[in-house]
Amino acid sequence: MSTASAVPSGVTGATLAKDLRLEWRSKDAINSMLFFSLLVVVVFSFSFDPNAEESRQIAGGLVWVAFLFAAVVALNQTWARELRNQVLDAYRVSPAPANSLFLAKALGNFIFVAVLEILMTPLFIMFYKLRALGPAWQLLPVAVLGTWALVVNGTFFAAVSLRTRSREIMLPLLLFPISIPALLAMVNATTAILTGELSAKFWIVLLSTYDVVFTIACLLLFELVLNAE
Amino acid sequence: MVSSTYVDAAPIITLTAVVKQFGRFAALRGVSAEFAAGRLYVILGDNGAGKTTLLRALAGLAHPTSGSISILGTTDVRSVCHELGYMAHPSLLYDEMTGMENLCYFARLYGVADVSRGADNMIAVGLDPRLTRPVSQYSQGMRQRLSLARAVLNDPKILLLDEPFSNVDVRSARAMVALLAQMRDTGKTIFVVTHQAALLEGAADEFVWMEAGQITHRSRELQPVGAQ
Amino acid sequence: MKRLFPIFGLLTAVLLSFALYEALVAAPTEQTMGNVQRIFYYHVPSAWTAFLLFFINFICSIQYLVRSNPVADKVTNWTVIAIAIAACIAAFVIRPLPEGIEPSSVATTGLMIAGLYFLIKKYFSRERADALAVVSAEVGVVFCTVVLVTGPLWARPVWGIWWTWDVRLTSTLVLWLIYISYLMLRRFSTSGQTPVLAAALAVFGALDVPLVYFSIWIFRTQHPQPVIGGGGSIDPRMLHVLLINWLAFLCFAGLVCWSRYRLEILQRELEETQALEALLEPRSPR
Repeated sequence: MSTASAVPSGVTGATLAKDLRLEWRSKDAINSMLFFSLLVVVVFSFSFDPNAEESRQIAGGLVWVAFLFAAVVALNQTWARELRNQVLDAYRVSPAPANSLFLAKALGNFIFVAVLEILMTPLFIMFYKLRALGPAWQLLPVAVLGTWALVVNGTFFAAVSLRTRSREIMLPLLLFPISIPALLAMVNATTAILTGELSAKFWIVLLSTYDVVFTIACLLLFELVLNAE
Repeated sequence: MVSSTYVDAAPIITLTAVVKQFGRFAALRGVSAEFAAGRLYVILGDNGAGKTTLLRALAGLAHPTSGSISILGTTDVRSVCHELGYMAHPSLLYDEMTGMENLCYFARLYGVADVSRGADNMIAVGLDPRLTRPVSQYSQGMRQRLSLARAVLNDPKILLLDEPFSNVDVRSARAMVALLAQMRDTGKTIFVVTHQAALLEGAADEFVWMEAGQITHRSRELQPVGAQ
Repeated sequence: MKRLFPIFGLLTAVLLSFALYEALVAAPTEQTMGNVQRIFYYHVPSAWTAFLLFFINFICSIQYLVRSNPVADKVTNWTVIAIAIAACIAAFVIRPLPEGIEPSSVATTGLMIAGLYFLIKKYFSRERADALAVVSAEVGVVFCTVVLVTGPLWARPVWGIWWTWDVRLTSTLVLWLIYISYLMLRRFSTSGQTPVLAAALAVFGALDVPLVYFSIWIFRTQHPQPVIGGGGSIDPRMLHVLLINWLAFLCFAGLVCWSRYRLEILQRELEETQALEALLEPRSPR
């Protein structure tokens, strides 16, 4: 018996659960990502080796650039899974809304990148002997908002780059210019909190605005991108 | 337009001068046809005739460059997509999940919360729902059968099957044909693209031949290639 | 229309020469910076032209996205009208305006936005609006490159630095990067619906620009940077030369856009004809 159209939140949850389960099962993806993140931290530590005071000034930038590279590698992967066996067609043929797919992918990416960040942060703190001189609790909203900023546009542009040649390089080409204000905000907010010299408030406001604006834009335009053959 | 061999009531699917071009390559060159409900149509033709493109256009995956497709009375395929079931040559399944997990997920997409539907479908196509092997470890034939089970999850009125019998052993293929005939008898409209038309000789209502992006002729009998 | 092209070309050549003379010879020499300051007459008009072209690209992208859907189309029409009306009201109601902005320019900008939108809507079909989008992106990138090259060339002798993170220069750089990625997307896309993808990117870019502005503004209040180009009032004779140069640049941009547009349209017509031929001629079975 045919049923009515699918409940969007049910679809998002089901898709997210499916993605997490698949990610957990093909552990080679997670393992290589984790190792890559570790390598990035180590390479950065060799390349930039300042004393404790200077480290606080540049750590904000280093940490977020490292996260950015790790995120790009992760983002490229999650759509690749939908291309195998053309399983994305099965989703497109179903009545499930395009936005549910987008949200599920974005949330999955967010969790994935957050895991990488949680693993890379103690290493950074260790190698750079970091200590927050400002209000450390503010680092949490900065991390959450900043990661979402990267992930929401990253998921969108990863879907766009599915329809291009040189898919893996197109994602950073499209993502980096658009992310510049968010990147500036993340880096400066983190530096402000670590050095305690300035307030991170304006940056957090900017990040929130960025997140809201681009989440709405992605949700409005994703269906067009999904159906662009 | 090549007419149906039946004198039919109102058609369930109508194609009007459908053209689909990929750059300079015209996969469909002005296909006009009507298909009635409750019949099993077999679409035949050489590679590159446009059979897969036709099926994808009916499924809503390929938008015609020009012309229109009317399904169940509407040209907006998206609005009737819950009445469509689609099976393609790639398996459209997740390799790392088991059969039941795949079916449960796709059932959610259609809003079907009933888990037993997936199990029933698997049994109907001859697979054991308790299989814990991931799909990547299935034989090709098993994958095809699971793909069919997925296509009928939402109990669609219209089934679009692209090469469902490729690499399936003869016995299972015959069982699938019997299943399709059964579904047709309950009122479903089924389109099968295949190179193994002989399998469907008893069950099919009409054979449709395509060549170079057009429908060349339709017949109730499967005739040798070339005979008119 | 075709006969106008050589006339327009000649007019542009004359105007450019005249503008060059004005900029290099006739304009008064700047007090502090000397003759190096004359690059200002290339830097600023290029910037204005580039921004105008990118704005046209934005309008064309939006039109391409909404014109396929009648509801979205109507909504966008009314939004544009609302923006124009809001600009006119805001110009005379908001007091005080930020420094350097006149009420009349706010109102004019709002009206010009609406005017440009509806002009493009009237004279360009959806497909042609996409062609115009490609053209304006390409020519816009060229002018933007000029801005980014003349900026440091000016900054180095005068202020001793090649680059600074000031609002205008940084925003120009980000805009340039966004449109280079736009052109790359157009080139690398294998989809049949490249215009849709590119239009989505252009919309994202447009949303990004005010955020870039805002972020650099915060950055500068926290980390004061040297200002290239200076604000403040400008000698009326210099303004005169500046505007003449801008007119010349606009004409030149129009000329280039026109010929590129014709090329683009011809190319698309050729592709359509080839596709139609492939459709009609009998195909040998593969």
